[in-house]
Amino acid sequence: MKNIGLYIHIPFCRSKCPYCDFYSMRATENQFDDYTICVLESLEEWAEKLGRKSDTLYFGGGTPSLLGGKNIALITRRAKELFGVDGEITVECNPSAIDETFFETVAAAGVNRISLGMQSAVDGERRKLGRLADRTKVAECIKKAREAGLENISLDVMLGVPDQTQESIKETIDFCLESNVPHISAYMLKLEEGTYYYNNAEKLNLPDEDLTADMYTLLGDILEENGYRNYEISNFAKTGFEGRHNLKYWNCEEYLGIGPSAHSFIDGKRFYYPRDLDSFRLGCLPVADGEGGDEEEYIMLRLRLADGLIFAEYKERFNKDIPTQIITRAEPFAKQGFVKISKDSLSLTRKGFLLSNTIISNLIYG
Amino acid sequence: MAAKKENIRNFSIIAHIDHGKSTLADRLLEKTQSVAVRDMTEQLLDDMDLERERGITIKAHAVKLNYKAQDGEEYELNLIDTPGHVDFNYEVSRSLAACEGAVLIVDASQGIEAQTLANTYLALDHDLEIVPVINKIDLPAADPDRVANEVEEVIGLECMNAPRVSAKTGENIEQVLERIVSDIPAPLDSDDSKPLRALVFDSVYDNYKGVIVYVRVVDGKIKAGDTMRMMATGAEFTVVDVGYMRATSMESAKELTSGEVGYITASIKTVGDARVGDTVTTAEYPASEPLPGYRKVNPMVFCGVYPADGADYENLREALEKLQLNDAALSYEPETSGALGFGFRCGFLGLLHLEIIQERLEREYDLDLVTTIPSVVYKIHLTDGTVLEIDNPTNYPDPAYIDFSEEPITNANIYAPNEYVGAIMDLCQERRGVFKNMTYVTPDRVDIAYELPLNEIIYDFFDVLKSRTKGYASFDYEIKGYERSNLVKLDVLLNGDGVDALSFIIHSDKAYGRARKIAEKLKEHIPRQMFEIPVQIAIGGKVIARETIKAMRKDVLAKCYGGDITRKKKLLEKQKEGKKRMRHFGTVEVPQEAFMAVLKLDE
Repeated sequence: MKNIGLYIHIPFCRSKCPYCDFYSMRATENQFDDYTICVLESLEEWAEKLGRKSDTLYFGGGTPSLLGGKNIALITRRAKELFGVDGEITVECNPSAIDETFFETVAAAGVNRISLGMQSAVDGERRKLGRLADRTKVAECIKKAREAGLENISLDVMLGVPDQTQESIKETIDFCLESNVPHISAYMLKLEEGTYYYNNAEKLNLPDEDLTADMYTLLGDILEENGYRNYEISNFAKTGFEGRHNLKYWNCEEYLGIGPSAHSFIDGKRFYYPRDLDSFRLGCLPVADGEGGDEEEYIMLRLRLADGLIFAEYKERFNKDIPTQIITRAEPFAKQGFVKISKDSLSLTRKGFLLSNTIISNLIYG
Repeated sequence: MAAKKENIRNFSIIAHIDHGKSTLADRLLEKTQSVAVRDMTEQLLDDMDLERERGITIKAHAVKLNYKAQDGEEYELNLIDTPGHVDFNYEVSRSLAACEGAVLIVDASQGIEAQTLANTYLALDHDLEIVPVINKIDLPAADPDRVANEVEEVIGLECMNAPRVSAKTGENIEQVLERIVSDIPAPLDSDDSKPLRALVFDSVYDNYKGVIVYVRVVDGKIKAGDTMRMMATGAEFTVVDVGYMRATSMESAKELTSGEVGYITASIKTVGDARVGDTVTTAEYPASEPLPGYRKVNPMVFCGVYPADGADYENLREALEKLQLNDAALSYEPETSGALGFGFRCGFLGLLHLEIIQERLEREYDLDLVTTIPSVVYKIHLTDGTVLEIDNPTNYPDPAYIDFSEEPITNANIYAPNEYVGAIMDLCQERRGVFKNMTYVTPDRVDIAYELPLNEIIYDFFDVLKSRTKGYASFDYEIKGYERSNLVKLDVLLNGDGVDALSFIIHSDKAYGRARKIAEKLKEHIPRQMFEIPVQIAIGGKVIARETIKAMRKDVLAKCYGGDITRKKKLLEKQKEGKKRMRHFGTVEVPQEAFMAVLKLDE
């Protein structure tokens, strides 16, 4: 049986960022310890229930680093014991929520990858995003992680945020290059219903569609010139540093998500914990979310990757050839340079990535 | 039981919209105890939902009331309700022809309005005795003396002693009933012994009985078992039932005799067989001459009606068929559009009629529709002498073969407080109006007469008029005839391909301005797509306006939301649904809002 991925959601933040709709809240030290115990219990239950091994572990949030190095280390050790995690172990960190010994503590427990929520290297932009640390603090954080032996660092960059320009994005890109981290995630801001940004979009001086697309293209070009590969729509890595846990999502592989709002895909079934901390603490079971892993889903996810849809892999998985109409539908896009078709695979170009919703929907549904 | 002829009163209520016609009718029903109080819903006579919502009466109805007057006599009052909109002028005239009198309601605060006058003159044309009633005296702004004066001055009706009522509160309603009895003549010149002549003033399709024909018997009598004959069409039917309309039910009767108002059923399949204005006689004892005034109503405004989902074509056909059962003025025939697929070219009396039918199709038959730009009927004279009647831009001939064109012109009257004269004249001028006359109805109210081309008023004229006069102006028109006009056909091209459903015929003076606006609107409403789309508006082959819809740059879900794949999938499915609701023109996808936006350019 293949290894699964393990995701642990830490639903706490020091403060809520105005664009974010992930499930998180403010909490006290006591709650951190209490939550850690709940996660440990849940891990035990699942390990027994599934009897599966995992080769990746990912702490997402919220702000996992807020839980404290000690708690993260506790969970990491237990997960390794229960699921035999032996591969990539990532913790998302907010530079403004890192205690002195955090990196040493988690590294000692086996954490080997850090994802840093920088968002922008321009302080003005960062402040508008609700991020408290300044640029020096980010740099310091990277340095500390490295001192603790954590070389595999990913920086989050946001595109299309208020006040951002072609010049300011270059500043952020330069910062990434100077830091020489092996992985960069570049997300385009999406206004999520219910957030402050969504409700106040007019006041925010947001770059328009064209400018955001230009920034994405610029970022992609520069990073590629500097040895990063745009291996997924929003992700860039030097060879060998691709995010293994996240690749499981895009390869339509199995994962178990623990914590409120965490999603899972196991044995062809999708399910999730509701966005409710109390119900998770009380041990409520996750909610079914239907079947997963069919052809459509696989195609949709694989086309997010630069490698795209590899026909042989599709055939191995589904025991049939890729539907011919997908290729037929892709041909006009290929002429426009949005799609690459070879005899072995079909994939989106960077220009195509920008329009991936339209293109993928077209390929699948016509 | 048939009453003595001396004790029958047949009357209509006429009023400007919102002056309280339906409310007064309700009060009359209540006062004569024609309806149990528990059955009183607001405005009982308007039984279509749509009528109640819009506060207008779409189809005429009739009801028989029994009233014991102060003179001790029992009277039979037949109230014939009339539609209150210019689109239905012919129906109004037939309803009035069935009466000897009319109650004219005037709002105590607003005074005389466009339809007050239009309907009064229509009633006078039919030699009706008019009983003025001043309504809404309960309103703080009510000024019954001023309004009474206005009625005397403008219409020349004695009005100082007219009943002053509040249909809302029921105050003085009794006086209205007394006036009807004392002022409106009985149908004394009716003769039971003559051959039957009954005027059809309305007909309604009923699922169980077939068409219910509402008639005013002028001469003779009719009973179940007779063979009725429609004099205009020659169609014959065996009468199943005759009787009277009560407020909430039908009351079967042995026979209907001259002077009376009632219904006939005869298993008639469509209202087209019992058209408003036709004369009913019997095959056994036929009349030689029909009653005067019948004409087949002709649709004035046409548009294409298409199902948003092509699979609904059959449902649309069935729905139109059913609506036509009840609406002889609605016409439809199959039509195909390169852009919209299979649909129907429908004809309507006017824009209100069009809107009503469209709403009923959407509401009662749950259809999602795309309608094309409404068009009037143009007469195109070709160089070889033939004359084409064109109501569909698709059939517009090659300009090289056109000698000259004609378009329908209306005589329009607008009534408004004099402070709006400037605004109204500006609007009429913009709409190619020719000023005819302006009279001061009262020192501060004017009646402005214009000749306006019908195609300038069918889209949004009334809406714009209302907004520019803060709702104070009222408007009325009738077709004057056809006049020579300089017309051109505008074509819309998206990405180089003509979109037949968007082309339309327009006066050449208006072509450039409108073309620019259409191009702008389309640019605004067609979402950016995978490639750049030129929007061109052309006359013949010549492009007169152009916009470009830039290619879409970004449509991507950047973050994968942890493992929430379902959310992503739903997004793709939403995209698929969205695409289904789009119309496809070659490679261009156009949302329905774009069609609507082109229709309503002045908003």
